[in-house]
Amino acid sequence: MSYEVDGQEIATDEEGYITNLPDWTPELGAVIAKAEEIEMGEEHWAVVNFLRDYYEEYQIAPAVRVLIKSIKKSMGPEVGNNKYMYELFPYGPAKQACKIAGLPKPTGCV
Amino acid sequence: MSETVKKFLYVNRKAPYGTIYAQESLEVVLIGAAFDQDVSMAFLDDGVFQLTKGQDTKEIGLKNFSPTFRALGDFEVTKLYVEKESLAERGLTLEDLQNIEYEDEDDDWAEKPSIRLVSRAEMADVMADQDVILSF
Amino acid sequence: MATLHTVNKSPFATQSLLSCLAHAKAGDTVLMIEDGVYGASAGTGLAEAVAGLGGGVTLAVLAPDLKARGIDAARLMDGVKSVDYAGFVDLAATHDRTQSWL
Repeated sequence: MSYEVDGQEIATDEEGYITNLPDWTPELGAVIAKAEEIEMGEEHWAVVNFLRDYYEEYQIAPAVRVLIKSIKKSMGPEVGNNKYMYELFPYGPAKQACKIAGLPKPTGCV
Repeated sequence: MSETVKKFLYVNRKAPYGTIYAQESLEVVLIGAAFDQDVSMAFLDDGVFQLTKGQDTKEIGLKNFSPTFRALGDFEVTKLYVEKESLAERGLTLEDLQNIEYEDEDDDWAEKPSIRLVSRAEMADVMADQDVILSF
Repeated sequence: MATLHTVNKSPFATQSLLSCLAHAKAGDTVLMIEDGVYGASAGTGLAEAVAGLGGGVTLAVLAPDLKARGIDAARLMDGVKSVDYAGFVDLAATHDRTQSWL
């Protein structure tokens, strides 16, 4: 499996997580989201950007609880809650949002 | 589902990049953190090298996982016992280690140090106080 | 509240046995297995340190590993207990926790 951005092919693993993290660009994020049938809005991007910043600092995806706490802070409690996260990313903020953000599949996530 | 909380100690005695033990330990800790148990980590012998500052693995082609220790607080792993004698034998002091903090939710989210320096005898007490010990 | 410690590396190659003995408490058992059994012989450069450190700590060795390496039981340090596989299981069952020194 792979994605295509501007005629360039981006390699992924069998589940669609990109294998070379520096390949990621917001354009690629949009392409992955489309493959996941997600229409990216401001709230989706807030989650993706937080995941990327957190990964950059700690080399790991955050616990979902930490993600929600941060989104609550930046976008308010209507967005920063577990239920709404699943509305944004039906396959889970950890698995699906990490895939769109170009991060590896989270540890311990089956 | 059982409500019993057990005390788990992950014992780290190996340097970070020569073998896979250190990285595996950290992965298991992060996975295990989901089970709401009382988790601590111990660093002794060469294990203290895992926590040093300034690691940069770019040129050896391995992932630098040292920044991840600073995220442990987010996973409610807030007790990192480091043995003083092991540091001293290796010419290290607390200053050579990363600053690792957690937010204490019982104290208005005040930032507190996760690293607890203990003597060899205190480390033995910590070990003897556990329900389960996992060695790496 | 005693601990069963297992050591599976030769003490001539790693610090594991010495570190283990430095952290074992009175009432604990240190069981040497695999290459760890090389630490149980009398008259080695380590025997004194091993015997001196282990105050109140029971030392044991896994007999099949000893036999495999051609070490005669007569060469063991005084006070080292020899156990078979069933004895290993008994030790695990009679201690509160097990700690491996890898």
